[in-house]
Amino acid sequence: MSFPWANHYTPKAPLMQWIDERLPLPRLVYNAVGAGYPVPRNLNFFWNFGVLSGLALMIQIVTGIIMAMHYGANELVAFSSVEHVMRDVNAGWLMRYAHANGASFFFIVVYLHIFRGLYYSSYKAPREMVWLLGLVIFLLMMATAFMGYVLPWGQMSYWGAKVITGLFGAIPVVGEPIQTWLLGGFAPGNAALNRFFSLHYLLPFVIAGVIILHIWALHIPGSSNPTGVEVKGPQDTVPFHPYYTAKDGFGAGIFFILFAIAVYFGPNFLGHPDNYIEANPLSTPAHIVPEWYFWPFYAILRAFTFDFFFIPAKLLGVLAMFASILLLFFLPWLDTSPVRSGNYRPMFKKFFWILIADVLVLGYCGGAPAEEPFVMISQIAAAYYFAHFLIILPLIAAFEKPLPLPGSITESVLNKGGFEGERDALPGMGSDTQPAGAA
Amino acid sequence: MVRIGAFLVGLFFSGWLLVSFIMGAVAYVSEPPAPTAEREFHKHPRHAGFSFEGPLGHYDKAQLQRGFQVFSEVCSACHSLKFVSFRDLAALGYNEAEVKAIAKNWKIKTPDVDPKTGEVAGRDSMPSDKFPKPFANNVAAAAANNNAVPPDLSLMTKARHDGSNYVYSLITGYQAQPAELLKKFPDVKTPEGLHYNPYFANLNLAMAPPLTAEGQVTYGEGQPKPTVDQMAKDVAAFLTWTAEPKMENRKSAGIAVLFFLLIATALAYMSYRNIWAEVKH
Repeated sequence: MSFPWANHYTPKAPLMQWIDERLPLPRLVYNAVGAGYPVPRNLNFFWNFGVLSGLALMIQIVTGIIMAMHYGANELVAFSSVEHVMRDVNAGWLMRYAHANGASFFFIVVYLHIFRGLYYSSYKAPREMVWLLGLVIFLLMMATAFMGYVLPWGQMSYWGAKVITGLFGAIPVVGEPIQTWLLGGFAPGNAALNRFFSLHYLLPFVIAGVIILHIWALHIPGSSNPTGVEVKGPQDTVPFHPYYTAKDGFGAGIFFILFAIAVYFGPNFLGHPDNYIEANPLSTPAHIVPEWYFWPFYAILRAFTFDFFFIPAKLLGVLAMFASILLLFFLPWLDTSPVRSGNYRPMFKKFFWILIADVLVLGYCGGAPAEEPFVMISQIAAAYYFAHFLIILPLIAAFEKPLPLPGSITESVLNKGGFEGERDALPGMGSDTQPAGAA
Repeated sequence: MVRIGAFLVGLFFSGWLLVSFIMGAVAYVSEPPAPTAEREFHKHPRHAGFSFEGPLGHYDKAQLQRGFQVFSEVCSACHSLKFVSFRDLAALGYNEAEVKAIAKNWKIKTPDVDPKTGEVAGRDSMPSDKFPKPFANNVAAAAANNNAVPPDLSLMTKARHDGSNYVYSLITGYQAQPAELLKKFPDVKTPEGLHYNPYFANLNLAMAPPLTAEGQVTYGEGQPKPTVDQMAKDVAAFLTWTAEPKMENRKSAGIAVLFFLLIATALAYMSYRNIWAEVKH
């Protein structure tokens, strides 16, 4: 699809030939994730997380559909129907724990996927559309996860729903009508629970659709790689299958091992005990916290403690929280450095690791109670977060002197560990390799 | 244009956050937050040492039966267990006849409609019934308990941090309010009708100490001495089972799944190395 030397689909079995002539679906799969998609040969394990994200979505859809067969989306029975799944449905406990922890693991792999994109600047031309569609998926995921967390109708479900929909109430004039309209009432209740269930069932399929666009957009320029140097010829690539299917298979094995440890041996470790208490509108929990994957954004929301003239602090917090995600959409145009990979950007690299530490600090503060010193720490951390993307990144691009780039992917690979064991006799690859060590 | 706009937005958010930080820090230094009794005197649960801890831990059925005995003779007077059915007790090692007898003799009747007259009345429980609630509704529960509704216990050990140890610590943790606390915080004397307990989040609990004397529950032959500590440990174990009845299935399935995954992943790793053997990357 992306390169002229890509393998072409030639059905051998008569049945496949018959199908291919009428519906070229096997051809599509072959070109998307089969031997028909040439991929840079030097991808490291950070490139596993795209496939793992897709895997996590599949786990969520399968376990979710099974649980929906036993769940009652009604405020009177929601909590006890979840307990019914846990106690009386065959392997129901497995489905629910896999779904609850699957959400966490989905976010873990997606955050690592985004981390990869940020470090190697995968968002830069010509892959801006891949990045933008990825952010759309991320937003959809957050909405889906938030609504899913409301469904068990525990204390954190209820109060989380109240706090998050309350954010819309911060909008001047129209805020409160919007909040009431979103909830179908003045507080979370049956109307909210029902629509959240409906949307929670719908959005994963929308995500699946946007993933197709995401992969489609990726296949136009082809995958990026750790050097950030574009593919120059057939010697730079290997076919996706069997090379990266094998590598992803191993990655999936590691993913499943860690996932199994969480599901079977610590299924409630990432959850909040309060959600095992049935929702009670008359009793507010001591600390209302969202799930861990929202903590950095929750910290930004709560970091605004003073009104800015006529803008109330709460509205500022809401604006900042949405801005903290929306600014990522502008990243391809903020970071104007022509060099992609952080490996060749000494100044960028330093600030990048500060950003990672900064987001971890924000996450910690977001999970902590809203008291000092956590609020002050999150103010500093949130200030850096905005400064990093909106001020520092464009400046780095202007002032940084990047390290010399390798001439090609193949060259960087060969310079890594001696020249013996050349890349000859690689099936599916061209033969016009340049001499080893050519600089 | 994009970069100028971004610069201004960044300057606004970061700048105002730094200003807020300075104002907050000044307020913090000039007027440090007052210490609270909850923060200084609240204790984390003590470690009871249960058989079901760790990835290979199992329930001790004799202990669960003793814990069930404590629940039925003490706790069930006020607390419900609404997500648990009598039939679930089979997991504790009771046979079918014993489960039937426990259900039939349960002192609270299961509310039902009289099949002849249609009147609402209580009947003997059956194994398929959930444990009936001790109070008809929350108003009745509050009225009988000094205005505090005794919470349902089915999920209690999952609804608190370190729940099994929490239940054990709470039951054995009642004490007189420390003199040190009253000296430091004269305003927070435990109110009339509440009971001081450092393991409870706000230190003052409506529940009176439920286990007060050794031998309050009579254990059968060959069982440990029913000290308050032992009874508390047993009932905490029982409530861990009510909250997580499938724990043993979960752990044994987990061992099998991990065993399978380790082999499968090792094979996947070998085929990955094998396929890439000829390619430098």
